[in-house]
Amino acid sequence: MESYTEQIRTLAVDLLKSGKVDVVIGYRKGSVPMATVPFMARTPEQAKQLTWDSHCTLNLANYLTNRQEKIGIIAKGCDSRNIVNHIVENKINRDQLHIIGVPCKGMVNPKELQALLDDKIVSYSESGSTLTIASSQAEIKIEREDHLRDNCSLCTHRNPVIYDDLVGEVVTEPVLDDPFKDVNAIEAMDTDTKWNYFDDLLDGCIRCYACRNACPLCYCPTCFVDESDPQWVGKGQNETDIKTFHFLRAFHCAGRCTDCGACEAACPMDIHVRAFTRKLIKDSKELFGWEAGLDISKRPPLDTFAPDDPNDFIK
Amino acid sequence: MMASLLEHMGMEKDRVQFSWISSAEATKFATVAREVAQSVEALGPNTKFVKGSD
Repeated sequence: MESYTEQIRTLAVDLLKSGKVDVVIGYRKGSVPMATVPFMARTPEQAKQLTWDSHCTLNLANYLTNRQEKIGIIAKGCDSRNIVNHIVENKINRDQLHIIGVPCKGMVNPKELQALLDDKIVSYSESGSTLTIASSQAEIKIEREDHLRDNCSLCTHRNPVIYDDLVGEVVTEPVLDDPFKDVNAIEAMDTDTKWNYFDDLLDGCIRCYACRNACPLCYCPTCFVDESDPQWVGKGQNETDIKTFHFLRAFHCAGRCTDCGACEAACPMDIHVRAFTRKLIKDSKELFGWEAGLDISKRPPLDTFAPDDPNDFIK
Repeated sequence: MMASLLEHMGMEKDRVQFSWISSAEATKFATVAREVAQSVEALGPNTKFVKGSD
């Protein structure tokens, strides 16, 4: 992955120097180990701060909404699918973009890595697929594949679907035996167990809206939870309001969610927010044969009408 | 998909029903309304997504 960083920097510097783009959106190292932050490089000098490792978990398509300038953007599989979403939904023009595609090998779950050591991780490095984490007391080496984020281990679109330059080689797309095991497990529960499952799931929610803010799909100028006239949903810690927020936010992502996991990466309370969107991803696939963000010429299923749309639910 | 997500989240299936009835289909309207009322009555009072019930 170090070579990825070098290639990304070279491409970004060239793009900025030649004036092809005004800004390159990528990641740079965060202030603590195992953290990256989204970064907008506006000069070739700044572009040298760009980086790539197994912690580039936020979705950069989130930073494209309604931008006017020419933009270079680093895109792994899921980011590229969200860029397609943005183009289809007229939030950005394809002509404005120079997409630097990065075939993704999956991002790791930092909380899982931290759990491997008793003390706080103070240094992190990676070489190929081997990650080295160290606290003040111990140092261990682990394999990336064993500690992927949940959504990355379920990902079947690791290669960018749209790009102008490609960093590194195309990776083999995994084939999953049972991609919706998690959703099926919830579907198998009875009604009240389901209700309680989601009650427990949302137990820690503090309504910080980090999931919404990190989500590239949530670009409404005023989110329904922030509206005051009419006030669609209460603003407090009432359980019903919390559940209404998560239910509706998820539904707004129906047929659009790429399972990029930015919501969960952003959640300070470690809530499995994807439990909602995963069901919608499964339904989109089963009802409409649809996976979001794969084709720039197709609109999402809930945005269009086709005579053969499933309508068994209508009496 | 919305009904499916609600069901997934633990709402009873029959609480949310959809129908397409033209203004000229009075009989169908009455029949559907009766069916909806019956199935909801069978489920009893709703406590989910009701503020103050939790």
